[in-house]
Amino acid sequence: MSAITDHGLHIRLTLPRASFELQLDLQLPAQGVTVLFGASGSGKTSVLRCVAGLERARAARVQVGGEVWQDDAAGIFLPTHRRALGYVFQEASLFEHLDVQGNLQFGVRRTRAPQAARTLQAAVELLGIAELLRRRPHELSGGERQRVAIARALATDPQVLLLDEPMAALDLARRQEILPWLDRLHGELRIPMLYVTHSADELARLADHLVVLERGRVKNAGPVAEVLTTIDGPVVVGDDAGALLGGVVAERDSRWHLARVAFDGGGLWLRDSGTAVGQRVRLRVLARDVSIATAEPQHTSIQNHLQSRIESVVPCAHPSQVMVRLRCGSCVLLARITQRAYVELGLQPGQTVWVQVKSVALVQ
Amino acid sequence: MPFSPEALQAVWLTLRLATLTTVLLLVLATPLAWWLARTPSRWRAPVSALVTLPLVLPPSVLGFYLLVAMGPHGPLGQLTQALGWGVLSFTFTGLLIGSVVYSLPFAVQPLQHAFEAIGARPMEVAATLRARPLDAFFSVALPLARPGLLTAAILSFAHTVGEFGVVLMIGGNIPGRTRVVSTQIYGHVEAMEYAQAHWLAGGMLLFSFVVLFALALLGRRSARVLP
Repeated sequence: MSAITDHGLHIRLTLPRASFELQLDLQLPAQGVTVLFGASGSGKTSVLRCVAGLERARAARVQVGGEVWQDDAAGIFLPTHRRALGYVFQEASLFEHLDVQGNLQFGVRRTRAPQAARTLQAAVELLGIAELLRRRPHELSGGERQRVAIARALATDPQVLLLDEPMAALDLARRQEILPWLDRLHGELRIPMLYVTHSADELARLADHLVVLERGRVKNAGPVAEVLTTIDGPVVVGDDAGALLGGVVAERDSRWHLARVAFDGGGLWLRDSGTAVGQRVRLRVLARDVSIATAEPQHTSIQNHLQSRIESVVPCAHPSQVMVRLRCGSCVLLARITQRAYVELGLQPGQTVWVQVKSVALVQ
Repeated sequence: MPFSPEALQAVWLTLRLATLTTVLLLVLATPLAWWLARTPSRWRAPVSALVTLPLVLPPSVLGFYLLVAMGPHGPLGQLTQALGWGVLSFTFTGLLIGSVVYSLPFAVQPLQHAFEAIGARPMEVAATLRARPLDAFFSVALPLARPGLLTAAILSFAHTVGEFGVVLMIGGNIPGRTRVVSTQIYGHVEAMEYAQAHWLAGGMLLFSFVVLFALALLGRRSARVLP
């Protein structure tokens, strides 16, 4: 395989599970968040545990940033404590017999890195936990505990950060509390992150790269916007299929309380939620909220119109509907329309059409 | 003077025996309990049953086998003689070995429960933070198991102080060498010295109560610390 570079992650493994066999071969980018997405029991956590060496897969190869951690063909298996990784577990995993400072120091002392103090300080600042250093774990809220756990993992200066559903054990309010910190991590970390989740919200908000697992196999993998808009074998995330667009807040209209997000291919107006002009944001546009017209729509309450080109079309689960993939600049949108509309409008791939977007959600 | 010099000697011997037994037991029982708590081996069940045996066997049965084993013709006796240590029955060392065996379940069980309650997760966390397994054991598992460790120590000590049958079988009640408080009381009663027996028995009663009271307090505190 020529695609294996020195910088990214390569994970190949086989692991028998109770009802299926986990089997995958993944080449992941050296930066950004890769979300491992799938239903409970699809093998996501096992992948993470194998990368960490907590579980031992067969015929496996794990390479991180040019270092081979496991290669069964060559008889290499580094135990977990010799792998330069950070691991954040699903539930609070702080050492109860140590205070926050003690927890942070635990890994730092054992890495013996020359600039350990600086790395620790940076982790404390990144997660905003300077106020908590003297507290005991049982005096922290669930969100604070996870922030400390993330800082503790980062303080060891890892090559990769593995997060196993870090918010699954938190209630909604705590999730809202910790999400901005994860955004910040996403923006500032220069190491790859493998993030396991089955939450559509977290995926839409954090993923750069997406790996969809189904019963131990990779169903789809690639840049998140691509994977979400693949229509043969669509990946339903949350309640419906839809596109994810990255853009910048271009203007805010104070009279109508609207904001325009510009992206390559156009712009969309949505409710102004106070995001500053120039801020990078992500938009989620569901397939059911997109309709198609052959001429520029007029006299309609839907004000978001974009010119795009039909790329492909596939039948939906119900015979009355089709899913249309539309290219709009470098972005892709999905539209679910009726088969009858598709035929009566005489639509076909390659054709330039107008799309109307009824609803847009800001995910970040 | 409520305590005769003989009685004081027995108290001193008892404390020495109980302390040494406790120290030895903690050293032996900790790895054993760890293994029992973590191993997937099929030897777990038989080893666990073996360790628990002293809990249900009459002390006389245990004492009898130990006596035979440590005697001049027993396997342990032959070994100690070959090593030039002589025969251990009716010596303080023999008594110590007997006490360790007799109190083994009282040290292993609290430790095993503590290790089981901790689970595998903290050790995994420690490994992801670069701690070697042995390092993780001493820096994470043992500190987290502290209430269990304390319970094991208290129970081992108290149980050794309270033993009678095994001591009588393998110690032989020799003043200054193998006569402990419990056998001293027995001697006083046999000699109709009820007043002296009262003082020692009352002391034992008080001691046992204080120990159990301390355990109860410990249980409450550890329940509060570990949610």
